[in-house]
Amino acid sequence: MVEVHLWSGLRSLAGGCEVVSVEARDTGEMLRALVRAHPELQAPIDAGVSVAIDGRVIASGLTEPIPDGAEVYLMQRLRGG
Amino acid sequence: MALDDRKSDGFTFVGTRPNRPDGLDKVTGRARFGADASAPGMLHGAILRSPHAHARILRIDTSKAEALKDVKAVVTRADFSDKVEFAPGLEGDFWNILENVMAGDKALYDGHAVAAVAATSALAARDALKLIEVEYEVLPHVTDVDKAMLMDAPVIRQGAADYSVPEGMHPNVVRKHESGHGDVEAGFAEADLVIEDHFTTEATHQGYIEPHACLATLGADGKGELWCCTQGHWIVQKTCAALLGIETANLRVTASEIGGGFGGKTTVFIEPVALALSRKANKPVKLVMSRSEVFRATGPTASASMDIKIGMKKDGTLTAAQGTFRLQGGAFPGGPADFTAMCAFAPYNLPHVRQVGYDVMTNRPKQAAYRAPGSPMAAFAVESVIDELCNQLGLDPIEVRLKNASREGTKASYGPRFQRIGLVETLEAAKAHPHYTAPLKPGQGRGISCGFWFNHGGETSVSLALSEDGSAQVMVGTPDIGGSRASMALMAAEVLGIPYENIRVTIADTATLGYNDVSHGSRVTYASGLATIKAARHAVEKLCERAAKKWGIPVDAVKWENGCAVPSGPNAGEFDPLPLADITADMGRTGGPISGHFEATPEGAGVSFATHIVDAEVDPETGKTKVVRYTVVQDAGKAIHPTYVEGQFQGGAAQGIGWALNEEYIYGADGRLQNSVFLDYRIPVASDLPMIDTVIVEVPNPGHPFGVRGVGETSICPPLAAIANAVSAAAGARMRQLPMSPPRILAALKADG
Amino acid sequence: MSKIHVSTTVNGDAVEYLCDPRETLLDCLRDKLSLTGAKEGCGTGDCGACSVTLDGRLVCSCLVLGVEAEGKEIGTVEGIAEGDVLHPLQQKFIDYAALQCGICTPGILVAAKALLEQNPDPTEEEVRFWLAGNLCRCTGYDKIIRAVMDTARDMRETA
Repeated sequence: MVEVHLWSGLRSLAGGCEVVSVEARDTGEMLRALVRAHPELQAPIDAGVSVAIDGRVIASGLTEPIPDGAEVYLMQRLRGG
Repeated sequence: MALDDRKSDGFTFVGTRPNRPDGLDKVTGRARFGADASAPGMLHGAILRSPHAHARILRIDTSKAEALKDVKAVVTRADFSDKVEFAPGLEGDFWNILENVMAGDKALYDGHAVAAVAATSALAARDALKLIEVEYEVLPHVTDVDKAMLMDAPVIRQGAADYSVPEGMHPNVVRKHESGHGDVEAGFAEADLVIEDHFTTEATHQGYIEPHACLATLGADGKGELWCCTQGHWIVQKTCAALLGIETANLRVTASEIGGGFGGKTTVFIEPVALALSRKANKPVKLVMSRSEVFRATGPTASASMDIKIGMKKDGTLTAAQGTFRLQGGAFPGGPADFTAMCAFAPYNLPHVRQVGYDVMTNRPKQAAYRAPGSPMAAFAVESVIDELCNQLGLDPIEVRLKNASREGTKASYGPRFQRIGLVETLEAAKAHPHYTAPLKPGQGRGISCGFWFNHGGETSVSLALSEDGSAQVMVGTPDIGGSRASMALMAAEVLGIPYENIRVTIADTATLGYNDVSHGSRVTYASGLATIKAARHAVEKLCERAAKKWGIPVDAVKWENGCAVPSGPNAGEFDPLPLADITADMGRTGGPISGHFEATPEGAGVSFATHIVDAEVDPETGKTKVVRYTVVQDAGKAIHPTYVEGQFQGGAAQGIGWALNEEYIYGADGRLQNSVFLDYRIPVASDLPMIDTVIVEVPNPGHPFGVRGVGETSICPPLAAIANAVSAAAGARMRQLPMSPPRILAALKADG
Repeated sequence: MSKIHVSTTVNGDAVEYLCDPRETLLDCLRDKLSLTGAKEGCGTGDCGACSVTLDGRLVCSCLVLGVEAEGKEIGTVEGIAEGDVLHPLQQKFIDYAALQCGICTPGILVAAKALLEQNPDPTEEEVRFWLAGNLCRCTGYDKIIRAVMDTARDMRETA
């Protein structure tokens, strides 16, 4: 199980949950599992999210492995300037 | 990639300061920038722009212009012409970009393109514009972010808001971001002093000296060539292909030398228009913006209205922080309010923090990225309040920042825990710098500020090919905006073990390499550098294979040292070192050409921090402010070419000085931009600035083989606040509005006195 | 509108062109003579990227009409080096990394050379005010000012 922390703007789309637990081995699986658990998360995920795994920020990759027990945060999709 | 992967000590080339490979071209005037290209049979384009901030376009009559002998093509949006010049049915970002490069049914800001012509000369094209008749129905407009959120504000476009905006907000509010942790009210209750204040910043332009320019050729066969000044030619290729309805691969885009970008050249403005004109005229079309067009119609940054509340204990401990950030990004979604919110409190370890950002549309040009988009304004507001807390509690501003600084393991204000970061190191270096304790003269004040930016990785593809004589050519896909060809050559030299001078780095066109993300997000030295290192290592593997074959030993018994293949140990056999050039001399007969390649989307850019120290003096008679001393301290991870790292530090500081003291978009009551030339939009000139001292801190980034962190953007995060703190100290009055122009200074002095 | 024939001298070479009376000297240098070293950054004389000398005087070529060059001597960045020998300012700008994107560099070199020709020993303040008409957005001017000051010192020592 992976515990995924949502930024507070997303919580209303996930039944008020701050943390959603899903089965996932990588970032892509995790995002798909989040949408299965809370379909309203589709819109922000389609708009683009980044994922922090134990503090390492994954800007867009869907294949980054998520180790068991990792601390996972969703973030607004990072962009450059 | 782990840190132990890097040559921890004794870099041979990395960290040296050789001359840049494009230096001779640039001091002799032969470097070719966007406007310096021409083609046989070339036409010249020009664009007609709306004089209204908000107007329905009722009719466009191009017949008189088309009747001119010198005019070979006129384009508008499809609604008004018989033939579709741009692709129909676009959605999302592509639709927004199309709508921006050529207005549809409404002109949304002063300067919005409404028609374009191509003619046999630039003068003929400009003359033809005067013959195009446009009938407008002028609509009410709004250019101020706070006014655009009021319920009676004119609606710029219904339905532009996404899921994140709560019901009941004005349709001009198109995105909302909210994040944080803890219980801010409980945190404020623990504080000995809570300060709440309001701050504003104005829109500023990136101010690159080279206006946008391109040379476009597109035929009826759907095949095209485009030369343009851009920070990323693959995004130009992808966007133009979509807007013109052609296949991406059929459009070859070549990036010219680029005369500054700073984020403003990460999208397209004139390129799709030039291609549409070229397709219609069936001839090459050159299109060059005037300076006024650059100001009126290309991306400035967002302006901001911000409320900040921070609590502190008497010993300097921060207890809670809260911020609301309203940003207008022009007539389209995209103001970086989410980044403003996420960056605002990132330098500090806060048990309770909450940040809210609103992206708001107004009748202004579509904002474009500008160096750490969104972060500098947040730092201005937050660091001003921290400065005021320090003043009122009688605490040293660096000690307070050190006490609360984010470190490895700190839970960031935007969610996750930090990996290895260098904020504390920049603060320690600032504290130890002679500038911090130097005496001030009467009328002077000193300010400090921290700054934060995320940095970026992005799609990256690099190829490296060896020549028979042992030299190497490196093809990268990120336009060189500040000396990156030198950095790439240094990194390749480090891996290959051949002299820097024997490596030529070229910015490849879109037909030569796979997709490369734009030169943005401070990503070039990080991501293209990482890919260059890996491409060079790939070539080294092949070199070792050739040596192994020659010696008749297994490839794992060969290693690469100082530019030579050598046996990896005593058991591998006794062979003289085989230099790279000896291997490449025979490569055609020992297996063929030797190249290295690497492609990836590296995900280890690592975040970046800086601390700036500024001394400013204020003339109480005139309100004029002068920056008298400036020191930049920033973590570069590892400085590949320290001189160009210093250059990024100094350039960011100078742009920040302009943003803080002079620069602003000024709109009249009619919604027209009033200062669209450099005389009125005053960027810092040589006589405005002092020397800018730099201190390069190196806390290696675990995500890069040599430890690199991007340095381009973070340097503009602290200046606004650092200067505001210095000016506030000098003036004896808190400055809450940027720019701190003389009239504002005088008003603040008067209000205070 | 009929065009006007202009005979002038650019970097010591006699040249001729036909120009519309509305075209600037900058347009003529770039479009008719293919001397694209001078850049148009603003077209209003504010940025100095088009700096050239006109009979030895530093001007913004975007503020001079093409027809005004008749019989004059024009100096551009392309004429600063002598053959393969760079002017000391050019070499120092490379050595000091006094350029990032390089778009302002031709104008700054022309302007700095004009300064050193009339004042071989300028103070930092004099250099900063002389170059105040040449905008650079990349460097913060620090390395440019140092390059000009140190070139002046070297030229004084070798003179």
